[in-house]
Amino acid sequence: MTTPETVISCSNVWKLFGEKAENYLAGMTGNPTFDEIRQAGYIAAVRDVSVDITRGEMLVIMGLSGSGKSTFVRCLSRLLDITGGTVKVEGQDIGALDEKELIDLRRNKMGMVFQSFGLLPHRNVLDNVAFPLEMRGQDRHTRRARALEVIELVGLGGREEYFPRELSGGQQQRVGIARSLAIEPDIWFLDEPFSALDPLIRREMQDEFLRLQEMLGKTIVFITHDFDEALRLADRIAIMKDGAVEQCDTPDKIVLEPATEYVRKFTEDINKARVVHARGLARPINGIAPTGEPIAGHTTIQEMGRLLVNDTRDLMPVSDKNGKVIGAMARQEALDVLFGAPA
Amino acid sequence: MTTALTNNPQARLPALSKTRVAQGLLGFAVLLVLTKTLLPAGLVRPPEWLVWPFADWINALFNFLRDDLGLMHVTRAFAEGVEWLLDVTANLLYGRNRWPYLGPIPWSVIAVTAGVVGYALQGWRLALLSAGTFVWIVVMGQWTWSMETLSVIVVAAPFSILFGLMIGVLGWKSPRFEKILNPILNIAQSLPHFAYMIPVVVFIGVGPKAGAIVTIIFSVPPMIRMTLLGLKKVSPEVVESGHMCGATRWQLLHSVQIPTARTDILVGVNQVIMQCLAMVVLASFIGMPGLGQKLLQLLQALKIGRSVEIGITIVLLAVMLDRCTKAWAVRQPEHFEKGTSWVVSNKFLVIWAVLVAVAFALAQVFPMLDQVKRSQALSMAKPIDAVVDWFIVLIDPVTQWLRWFLITWILIPMRDAYLYLPFSAVLALLAAIGWAIGGLRSALVCLGFFGLIAMSGWWDRAMITVYMVSFSVLLALLVGFPMGIWGARNEKRAVKVLLICDTLQTFPSFIYLIPVVMLFGVNDVAVVSAVFLFAAVPLVRYTIEGLRGVPEALIEAANMSGATQRQTLWNVRLPMALPTIMVGVNQSVMFSLFMVIIAAFIGTQDLGQEMQRALSSTDVGKGLVLGFAVAFMGLMVDHLVTRWASGRRQALGLA
Repeated sequence: MTTPETVISCSNVWKLFGEKAENYLAGMTGNPTFDEIRQAGYIAAVRDVSVDITRGEMLVIMGLSGSGKSTFVRCLSRLLDITGGTVKVEGQDIGALDEKELIDLRRNKMGMVFQSFGLLPHRNVLDNVAFPLEMRGQDRHTRRARALEVIELVGLGGREEYFPRELSGGQQQRVGIARSLAIEPDIWFLDEPFSALDPLIRREMQDEFLRLQEMLGKTIVFITHDFDEALRLADRIAIMKDGAVEQCDTPDKIVLEPATEYVRKFTEDINKARVVHARGLARPINGIAPTGEPIAGHTTIQEMGRLLVNDTRDLMPVSDKNGKVIGAMARQEALDVLFGAPA
Repeated sequence: MTTALTNNPQARLPALSKTRVAQGLLGFAVLLVLTKTLLPAGLVRPPEWLVWPFADWINALFNFLRDDLGLMHVTRAFAEGVEWLLDVTANLLYGRNRWPYLGPIPWSVIAVTAGVVGYALQGWRLALLSAGTFVWIVVMGQWTWSMETLSVIVVAAPFSILFGLMIGVLGWKSPRFEKILNPILNIAQSLPHFAYMIPVVVFIGVGPKAGAIVTIIFSVPPMIRMTLLGLKKVSPEVVESGHMCGATRWQLLHSVQIPTARTDILVGVNQVIMQCLAMVVLASFIGMPGLGQKLLQLLQALKIGRSVEIGITIVLLAVMLDRCTKAWAVRQPEHFEKGTSWVVSNKFLVIWAVLVAVAFALAQVFPMLDQVKRSQALSMAKPIDAVVDWFIVLIDPVTQWLRWFLITWILIPMRDAYLYLPFSAVLALLAAIGWAIGGLRSALVCLGFFGLIAMSGWWDRAMITVYMVSFSVLLALLVGFPMGIWGARNEKRAVKVLLICDTLQTFPSFIYLIPVVMLFGVNDVAVVSAVFLFAAVPLVRYTIEGLRGVPEALIEAANMSGATQRQTLWNVRLPMALPTIMVGVNQSVMFSLFMVIIAAFIGTQDLGQEMQRALSSTDVGKGLVLGFAVAFMGLMVDHLVTRWASGRRQALGLA
């Protein structure tokens, strides 16, 4: 197995809003809380965040409104200049890029989807999707061919001539997704892409999104305020509060071992059996070889509920995608997740 | 009374002290009035040391700009460019003997073009209106005059739009520039039309090109405003999406921000064109030929029939231009089904090309479709005159009595009362009002604006303007307010009345003079009536809009509390609508100021008359001082009303 390559690396990223925030940050001592910073007249939208995102990974940033998640993603794409720390994209400090280099980066590497779509009202679907290609200066014909390709990919074939206001919310967001994919970006930012949609459409779009990701395997930073959505989509979840990351971990870990009280409150009402996978409970094998048919690591506890009840083994082997055994899961532990731990 | 209104216990204390100060100032003002005979002369009228020679300074500045800085050459060069364009349009539209020697275009071609534009923008009705306007013009034998007017608009409007767009973008790019821009725009939009004309006469002279240039300058401010507003309204996500698509600054501006702000920018275009029309008509005062000049001559000669015809033409043009540009602004793009042929997707272009070809061909065969001479026209002036004469004789007893009553019992006493007031008392009174509304700051603003008017040396004239405006606005309130309440009774009626108000507001101010001159002749009563008519329209309109804007839930709550219609109106709808209604009052005051000044040429003794004199003697200093005096009155009212309305909105939780 090759070591995963880090695509985006942020270390100690700060974003403060207020007059001469850099000076304040430079003179700051200790680790002031959100409220202390506010008393000094600044709003701390992002507080000392360090996260690495590896290639092909989907990092979901979860937080309530005002937690700084949207600001943070804008720091990663440098729609906002950060106040302190560094953001590196493929090893390059994006804070050091000049305007031309930044535009080049966005034209070739990054795509972004917005909560309220951010479509250009005066352009039809085709021209909206082709817009980033047009900015790159590609000729009309290639632009059109590529745009049609992505429009087909997001399932809007036949609607190329429609204008945004003639489409439903879900369709508009498909246009937004198509546009962000037109340049074949490596890094894909999605800022609450499905929050403006009604629940049924949201579900459908999530499935669609998972299908796309299966095909494309992009590096993704996905913002949401919906914990269920985060659990459904994420490889890793970063939970933000008052600009700081409370916990950044896999969904299994977040549910099983919440790092702070704040995170625990989120996980309280979650049906853990639907979230936790066999691989999340698997422990390395120390000497004793578990017997019998291994369980696939990506199965959720709920999915194997019947098996757990009927099986008699204390330890059950867990295998990865290729069928190789990666560890063993204690059946009792799994049953506790399924029915809730005995009081 | 004030304490009873403020139920909020925290607001009570400062409100009380604010009223105390205001009451004190008011008492002081009353005292000054009562003891006028005892006052030193310096408190009755501005003493000489207080009157500063602003006019001389402005003249010196203009002389410096013109002669020493050589700005004259720049303006002349620009004017020559404009003149060349004017010649081109003049040749095309009414066959003036200039390059490109192609015109005149047959009227039928222009009418057909207007019809297709109307059809493409909105449909049959607008097509009929647009084409019909030109048919009316040609039938009435006013083709040449109308084309003289239009040729100027065709040249001036694009310049204004371009300048407005550029300045607007600059103001939006640089907040510092916007900070400088805002007060300039405020003043520019409250300066009366004539104030623009005088400097133009100095720099350019008189005639069509001066008319065109004054029109360009006059109509730029609304375009700047709307551009700024539109660009600011573009949603941040759209801009961010532009950034993320890798747009450069220029790409962002021209393919993201400006197209997204399209509707607001086009509303700006609409305002530019309406302002152009209003100014072109008035530019007759500086020798601009066309409809305005004819109307001016005919009105002065009291030829009512012909003035009415020209008035109708101007109104038709105004309504047509307004409807077309508005339709353009709200037009949304629509897609064609796949596989639509080129002819169908470009059907308007095809229809236009065919109709123009037909019209050209027919014009060759039937000269009547090419040009119509005045002798062939179907002017209805004679019958109109007859009807008007009959009508005037019929209602003469009424108008005579009204005129006598108004002049003897209201206008003259009111004017004398205003002139009787010592200027110090007026200032104290304004400070009291300012303090009551917005505390010290507003009091200082009021004092500043009126203090400058006192220092201009035109106090008596200014008071006459104030008296005419205050009387007209009062009358407009008495009539417009109930009409607005009546109009807002049900939705259907509201829509109708609003449409009428909108249409009336598109009329250039000059038009309002026709009926009043017809009824009252040339005197103060006519002026006051014209101002009143002009000022009543925004009042009706904003009263209706305010009442309509009251949230449905509040009315339902009132109904469920068992309120009668009347109780709902007085206790719920009116208080909620008041901030909006005050916007109407504000506009009403502005409109009356403009109208009083325009009406000066039918005989008043106020600032407007002096401004006319300054115009005929091209005295820039005097003209601008007078213009600023008028602008300051407007700005003071604007400050007070805005301040009050925003306070009220906050208190009502509407802001």
